[in-house]
Amino acid sequence: MRKVRVIILRTAGTNCDNEMAFAFSKVGADTELVHVNELISKDKKLSSYHILAIPGGFTYGDDIASGKILANEIKYKLRDDVERFISDGKLMLGICNGFQVQVKMGLLPGLGGEMWNMEVTLNLNDSAKFEDRWCYLRQSDENICVWTKGVPELIYLPVAHAEGKFITKDKSVLDELKKNKQVVFRYSDSTGGKTSYPGNPNGSMDDIAGISDSTGRILGMMPHPERFIRRTQHPRWTREDLKEEGHGLDIFRNGVDFAKKSLL
Amino acid sequence: MWTVEVFNKDGVFDAAGEEIKKGITDFGITGARGVDFYQIYRISGRLSESDARLISQELLIDKVTQGYHINPERRESRDLHVIEVAYNPGVMDPVDESTMKGIRDLGLEGVENVRTAKKYIIKGALTPEKLNTISEKLLCNKTIQHIVKGAFSESQTENPSYQFKHVTVKILDKDEEGLIRISDDGQLFLNLAEMLTIQNYFKKLGRDPVDVELEAIAQTWSEHCKHKTFRGKVEYEGRLIDNLLKETVMKVTDELARDWCVSVFKDNSGIIRFDKDYDVCFKVESHNHPSAIEPYGGAGTGIGGVIRDSLGTGLGAKPIVNTDIFCFGPPDYSFDKLPKGTLHPKRVMKGVVAGVRDYGNRMGIPTSNGAVLFDERYIGNPLVYCGNVGLIPKNMATKKVNEGDLILLVGGRTGRDGIHGATFSSGELHTESEEISGQAVQIGNPITEKKVTDALLKARDKNLYSSITDCGAGGLSGAVGELGEETGVEVHLEKVPLKYHGLSYSEIWISEAQERMVLAVPPENIGEIQQIFATESVEATVIGTFTTDKKLRLFYKGEKVADIDMEFLHNGLPDVKRKAVWKRPKHKDMDFESPSDLTPHLKKILSSWNVCSKEWVIRQYDHEVQGGNVLKPLQGSANDGPGDGCIFRPVLDSDRGIILSCGINPKYGLIDPYWMAASAIDEALRQIISCGGDLSRVAILDNFCWGNTDKPDRLGSLVRAALACYDIAKGFGVPFISGKDSLNNEYNVGGETISIPPTLLISAISVMKDVNRAVSMDAKRSGDPVYIAGLTKDELGGSHYMMINGLIGNNVPEVDVDKARSLMNRLSEANEKGLVMAIHDCSEGGLAVAAAEMAFSGGLGMEIDLKAVPFKGSDSRDDVILFSESNSRFVVEVDADKRSEFEALLKGTDTALIGRVTDGKDFKVKGGSGSTVIDADIDELKKAWQMPFSKW
Repeated sequence: MRKVRVIILRTAGTNCDNEMAFAFSKVGADTELVHVNELISKDKKLSSYHILAIPGGFTYGDDIASGKILANEIKYKLRDDVERFISDGKLMLGICNGFQVQVKMGLLPGLGGEMWNMEVTLNLNDSAKFEDRWCYLRQSDENICVWTKGVPELIYLPVAHAEGKFITKDKSVLDELKKNKQVVFRYSDSTGGKTSYPGNPNGSMDDIAGISDSTGRILGMMPHPERFIRRTQHPRWTREDLKEEGHGLDIFRNGVDFAKKSLL
Repeated sequence: MWTVEVFNKDGVFDAAGEEIKKGITDFGITGARGVDFYQIYRISGRLSESDARLISQELLIDKVTQGYHINPERRESRDLHVIEVAYNPGVMDPVDESTMKGIRDLGLEGVENVRTAKKYIIKGALTPEKLNTISEKLLCNKTIQHIVKGAFSESQTENPSYQFKHVTVKILDKDEEGLIRISDDGQLFLNLAEMLTIQNYFKKLGRDPVDVELEAIAQTWSEHCKHKTFRGKVEYEGRLIDNLLKETVMKVTDELARDWCVSVFKDNSGIIRFDKDYDVCFKVESHNHPSAIEPYGGAGTGIGGVIRDSLGTGLGAKPIVNTDIFCFGPPDYSFDKLPKGTLHPKRVMKGVVAGVRDYGNRMGIPTSNGAVLFDERYIGNPLVYCGNVGLIPKNMATKKVNEGDLILLVGGRTGRDGIHGATFSSGELHTESEEISGQAVQIGNPITEKKVTDALLKARDKNLYSSITDCGAGGLSGAVGELGEETGVEVHLEKVPLKYHGLSYSEIWISEAQERMVLAVPPENIGEIQQIFATESVEATVIGTFTTDKKLRLFYKGEKVADIDMEFLHNGLPDVKRKAVWKRPKHKDMDFESPSDLTPHLKKILSSWNVCSKEWVIRQYDHEVQGGNVLKPLQGSANDGPGDGCIFRPVLDSDRGIILSCGINPKYGLIDPYWMAASAIDEALRQIISCGGDLSRVAILDNFCWGNTDKPDRLGSLVRAALACYDIAKGFGVPFISGKDSLNNEYNVGGETISIPPTLLISAISVMKDVNRAVSMDAKRSGDPVYIAGLTKDELGGSHYMMINGLIGNNVPEVDVDKARSLMNRLSEANEKGLVMAIHDCSEGGLAVAAAEMAFSGGLGMEIDLKAVPFKGSDSRDDVILFSESNSRFVVEVDADKRSEFEALLKGTDTALIGRVTDGKDFKVKGGSGSTVIDADIDELKKAWQMPFSKW
């Protein structure tokens, strides 16, 4: 049987690539770590993959602003390839720095299908510093994202970032995101209710932790699903009864299953 | 040149500005209403104004939240103050390079240079004095930065150019005084005996040395690189120790001869066997003097340097975990009492934590274990220990340079940064250190090191090079000199890629610019390896060849500038014999009765700087990247309890794990460094046991940070500590695999020398067969019985209880190594059998603190009865039993259903049932007379424990 092929895009400063590949391979995908230079030089072709995943890290040091330089590199050097990839109905996942890249090149939220235009951003945390902590995430009702079908309504994942404060350009962008059901995850308290710092670790508008594009095939999120694919990664596994698999693995499985059904 | 100023739009929360405002308030400065932060870019090249606008809009600003000005005018008023901070010439901000790349990606190839600066607009009526304090103490470190006054001039970014000049240093005709002057003037830190040896060598050659030859010798012979004290002769208590290191620390390893020790004491780190496919290596370094002067850069390059130790171990290990241990002055130390020339401890701490954070996080290496300690004597000379664990495929532990191999320099470019770092760190710090040694401080670029790592591991797996080492202390001189010791080298210094022009051949050779590695590459592989580095955007340049003549020969544009024998360079150092004495000091002891209510004492210890929660530090480190984390540094029902050690999985599809821990307690050293060292080893091992590990495959590292050991009393205490390392490690059956010493940690102010307390860090690494056996320290279940394992003695000397009573005391905790080993082995067995619900080691604050931490971390109450605690001593006072810091003790929560099995297993080990876990929030301790001596609410205890850093 043919396997779903995942390209894990990396460059200087990418650092969550191996564990992301491990998560994708756990749910049956073929993964390949590819340097952006290899796409630009055409040694590798984006079109030969089904899922484009941009992992966490500090691409180019997050200099100027997190994800900005890689975002521009893709926008200016791989624009046609990416547009074709998306119009072919393929999938994309951005985690942490990957989400920052998606937002800064304007692929997310991509309101009205428009790309390359920045309408939201991920800003310096209100605490003004990098923080690593676990957060509860509530999946918003009836969101259109294909990566989260069947994922429990309330999940628990770690965040680890300095620039994760979600802000929209204005209120209308936020309204439209909600109206289109593009908001995928919100930070919440342990029961799924409204939260504040540190439950919302960065001061994100409307507690937003992850969004999709208008097709639901492109997901970007600050929390790290690849860091909770097994029980022993949970901070309280030594005191709580937990299932062997972590909440994060479902997200990878959904993406791969969807790609299998729609693209193979 | 275009100046672009980026600012936040109205209504956008300026977190960076707020942070600065908080910092100003911390200094006790009132009147600042607000701070706006502006990022400045100065861009030069063939660029039009519309290019500058394109760059601003497309690259430099965040369109959602930011705006920009081009070539803005400086606006100031009585109520609006501008402070602009720029980097000094020669100091590279990594952002410069990334911005150039970003501009070229836009298709604008005309860009030639980018320099960044930070601008702060401070609102409020502030006096010039206050503004000056804000500039100097908070915003700008003059070692690397300056305040831009008035209009910016381009000359501030220019470096003078270099004209080749062959510089000979006249030493042949010098008398002793003259030789010393040459050493002092050149910051060579060579003593008279060494200068005479050098003079003698060049007499034989019939010529004076070239400056770079002298520099190379000074670097190679520096205390930092050669460890003259530890490897030298010492006279102590009528006995002559030939080589302290070989007769203590290394002797343990030799005698134990563990077959899983793969490579010890010879490479950049020590290597032990992990599983059938992999080995792991571990190294800890200290980076103290640079961190004292420029905390952010000093600490960042400290962690960067030790990561390169892993990269340069064997044929290259993948860095997988960082550790860090810091010693600072008290963060609440009065500004008025601060010695001249020192930075305030709080600023040092914030800078050091940020430096380690940014380097480790950006490289994607979890920082999962460490400790932070405080003492007034660290004010002028903080300690910054950084460690790294690497994973390396089996059979890659050895390497050998072959004659004819090319010398390939990879990674960052060479600048004037870090000149004289190796020799500088071998001397004492003094009030003027900031000015004289400023250029020894470097700014790291973690992304460059990450790129080097990525490319290097690819090349390693293709077997493209024969040997490798990192550029650390002494730069190319250290790295190439070391690799070529057995062969000889010929290097052409003009081939070394430079950050900017203006470096002399000598500066190129000894620069300690960061993120560089040196490889020995067979000529036939050179094309392929350079291609791999190019794909990862890393520079890789051939700078010379390994020869057969056992000589160090350096050239600059065809001119020979050095020609000396490797044998003299590496082994010509004259022997030193030092005298060591040690006398046990007598401190004042307690002269009061045990108080009837010890609750306030417990809270006071929980709120002390050493014991209190370090969550503020820990959360800033990514401890989960790479996905292998199993036991995190923060544990318990609210993810905030103090774990004893960390566990991680280096190979994601295996259940085998690594446990890391550390032991350090300089307070005991004030009484007896022997027992301080013994306690540090015991503590590190206790933590391994507390995580669910065992002693079967534990290796340890020693890091000695001491004062000036030319002084016999300092050396005496060093000898005592080293002797304990042998006795105790041997007794536990645990080998040392690597170590490092940093001497001369003294600070000279106004003619008075302040030495740090002798400080030994013991770091432990253990292989765990099954990570699913891990256990955390938080109390788990009400009704479970609580035991103390290990004998409590009247050992309050150096304890926190003594400290809060203003005392040191004399009964320092000792280690009964046979009993300790047997107890630890049985506790491991109990855990293996699943009897243990939670276990926590007793360290600072003794039984009281350990039990309280377990209770509040688990969100449960606890009852303890002191009568039941096995105790040896003349006076069984409640305070002694509660707060004694006797070694080799654990508090254990046992599964209520498996009590008898646990008791049978621990029989004869001074283990006793002392209480139970309870529902609710009461933490209650009953004293010897039956009355309650501690009655507290766990939330209150936790609050006390979290208080010191809660407002940071």
